[in-house]
Amino acid sequence: MAASIFAAVPRAPPVAVFKLTADFREDGDSRKVNLGVGAYRTDEGQPWVLPVVKKVEQLIANDNSLNHEYLPILGLPEFRANASRIALGDDSPAIKENRMGSVQSLGGTGALRIGAEFLRRWYNGNNNTATPVYVSAPSWENHNSVFMDAGFKDIRTYHYWHAAKRGLDLQGLLNDMENAPEFSIFVLHACAHNPTGTDPSPEQWKQIAAVMKRRSLFPFFDSAYQGFASGSLDKDAWAVRYFVSEGFELFCAQSFSKNFGLYNERVGNLTVVGKDADNVQRVLSQMEKIVRTTWSNPPSQGARIVATTLSSPQLFEEWKGNVKTMADRVLLMRSELRSRLEALGTPGTWNHITEQIGMFSFTGLNPKQVEYMIKEKHIYLLASGRINMCGLTTKNVDYVAKSIHEAVTKIQ
Amino acid sequence: SSWWSHVEMGPPDPILGVTEAFKRDTNSKKMNLGVGAYRDDNGKPYVLSCVRKAEAMIAAKKMDKEYLPIGGLADFTRAAAELALGENSEVIKSGRYVTVQGISGTGSLRIGANFLQRFFKASRDVYLPKPSWGNHTPIFRDAGMQLQAYRYYDPKTCSLDFSGAMDDISKIPEKSIILLHACAHNPTGVDPRQEQWKELAATVKKRNLLVYFDMAYQGFASGDINRDAWAVRHFIEQGINIVLSQSFAKNMGLYGERAGAFTVICSDAEEAKRVESQLKILIRPMYSNPPVNGARIASMILNTPDLRKEWLMEVKGMADRIISMRNQLVSNLKKEGSSHNWQHITDQIGMFCFTGLKPEQVERLIKEFSVYMTKDGRISVAGVSSGNVGYLAHAIHQVTK
Repeated sequence: MAASIFAAVPRAPPVAVFKLTADFREDGDSRKVNLGVGAYRTDEGQPWVLPVVKKVEQLIANDNSLNHEYLPILGLPEFRANASRIALGDDSPAIKENRMGSVQSLGGTGALRIGAEFLRRWYNGNNNTATPVYVSAPSWENHNSVFMDAGFKDIRTYHYWHAAKRGLDLQGLLNDMENAPEFSIFVLHACAHNPTGTDPSPEQWKQIAAVMKRRSLFPFFDSAYQGFASGSLDKDAWAVRYFVSEGFELFCAQSFSKNFGLYNERVGNLTVVGKDADNVQRVLSQMEKIVRTTWSNPPSQGARIVATTLSSPQLFEEWKGNVKTMADRVLLMRSELRSRLEALGTPGTWNHITEQIGMFSFTGLNPKQVEYMIKEKHIYLLASGRINMCGLTTKNVDYVAKSIHEAVTKIQ
Repeated sequence: SSWWSHVEMGPPDPILGVTEAFKRDTNSKKMNLGVGAYRDDNGKPYVLSCVRKAEAMIAAKKMDKEYLPIGGLADFTRAAAELALGENSEVIKSGRYVTVQGISGTGSLRIGANFLQRFFKASRDVYLPKPSWGNHTPIFRDAGMQLQAYRYYDPKTCSLDFSGAMDDISKIPEKSIILLHACAHNPTGVDPRQEQWKELAATVKKRNLLVYFDMAYQGFASGDINRDAWAVRHFIEQGINIVLSQSFAKNMGLYGERAGAFTVICSDAEEAKRVESQLKILIRPMYSNPPVNGARIASMILNTPDLRKEWLMEVKGMADRIISMRNQLVSNLKKEGSSHNWQHITDQIGMFCFTGLKPEQVERLIKEFSVYMTKDGRISVAGVSSGNVGYLAHAIHQVTK
């Protein structure tokens, strides 16, 4: 028999964060803790289906007028409008002036991909694959792949995390923007930066916006944690809204995986803000073509849940309460971890644990210390030192603190 | 000024255009024969009873919403592969395949197209039947492939141009990719007979072509899932390692839930693992992992004996209604006194029918009778009911006599 056409296909390495969870599952040690994947957990270490989601799913199940027909290519209209409204704010000039559009997408990833595919085809000339795309150092590792697979040839990093300061390298960031070629695309984390948990302050965002405007750089926001970061939807959307008020045309990829706990339903939205309605219409018409060859039309269930929730004042309040519950637990775990490390006298400073925001914390542990944590203490975290605060519970925070203490004192 | 001043308005979708015009029409007798979704005899969308039962069972389990693996729900992908290949398939038993969950048929086709673009270095050429589903071309093009065609539909007879197809296919350069519709060809409804499939398989094997099957209507075409998968299984039995895209949009009525699957048949299980790892690398930057709802429903149905039995009956019911409408349309045309040969309407199979009507005749059907279809004369038989088949026959006779 002839050799297979796939004989030469190499084995690809597994995605690190999923390999971590796979290893965690196989670990038989009773003390094990999973601080890897970015999904919310309750204080019992369990996934949490939001009470408002359960309620709405029941409403949907009881509604016999609903069927499983195709959604329009761009998605469920009530979802699209509400989702963008959440990001931009009720009183957004972009909404009032009818110069925004939305594309329902498969999670935040899908929104990023549709936006990236559009930009590659239509931004900075036609099909200009040489437009530089800047991704923060570090960033969510999938950002690179999304833009690469969309066809961009020149993906660069911009300074972001200052390892020595354990904070934002604002000067490095601004320098990179000053020196970036005009029209470069910058992927910005709207809030709760993944993986560092370090966000620019409003003043710093203003400086960033000023440079971007002057250098004609394109803002592509990734908003995966709105509401989850501070507990306030409006506060977490401040940066996006500021850029809109400054007259930018921008994209914002939104995910409802975390703030609605709808991970596997793949609920996302790409919000497009343009100069006027005509431009936005043409942009959407081209995005429709891109969607048609990628997934044709998006999945119905998750969009229905979000649309129903956001369009009912009562359910909306309930949802905000659920989001605050999650955000508050994370804040509590941050303070519990920090106070224990300080009480133990763990070498170094640990205020970054409470100053950082959102689901993740860049602990500052180096790869060797991380290996110690995994192998000796059965505590699973990424080699970068990133931990998911949601993996901490009142029951395991002592063990985790003591283990970090050991790792830092034993391993350099 | 805007970044987007130079962005052209995308052309309107031709099929959507039909529906838009239909919606605006105030004629009470209007018919929408453009829609590619099943309708019951009252012209209403049909949620399968087995789907409702599966949904209730799923709700009762109170499952969490944690991310699926990148390759999707394992119970679903396994069941999808078994459905297509047959449980006793040597391929299934040996594990020399990988099936990943895709976003219905489109998403599964696209994953496959991207995979071939990256790993099938022998050729960029994908040969489609003439005509094919309109979205095939842009899907493969966006994936970076080139499109070619082989003869398929004979407009003179409204049936298969078998000699033309064999002639063209026997000349396709070796190691090119050929796409075949497993059953219920879209848009023509013209399928090869089993004898013809056998010859196609032999030719394709001789030319050493990579076969890409698109199966969007298993069960929906003849009413029998095994019969509809015959071609796929025959090719595999002939030693052809196909790639396959499946959709559960029509045969389970799961349209908006986006349940589909993409399968690669490999030399052995080890190769399948390597291929799987690369498929995940393609999926992750597209949408990370697939939506759970449709896959869970499909999995529940396929893996629960009672539900599976019920599903087989319901899908047969849908296929039977379509076949009955074809029969009634032809008999009504005869009653109207039409002297044309309308045999192709009952010879063709599946949701769609290439009537043979010319654009001018289609134009008249729309303008004078409010009967809406695409310019190529394609009708969705699903849009025909016992209540309006007489009117349809009357209208067609008026524009063709």
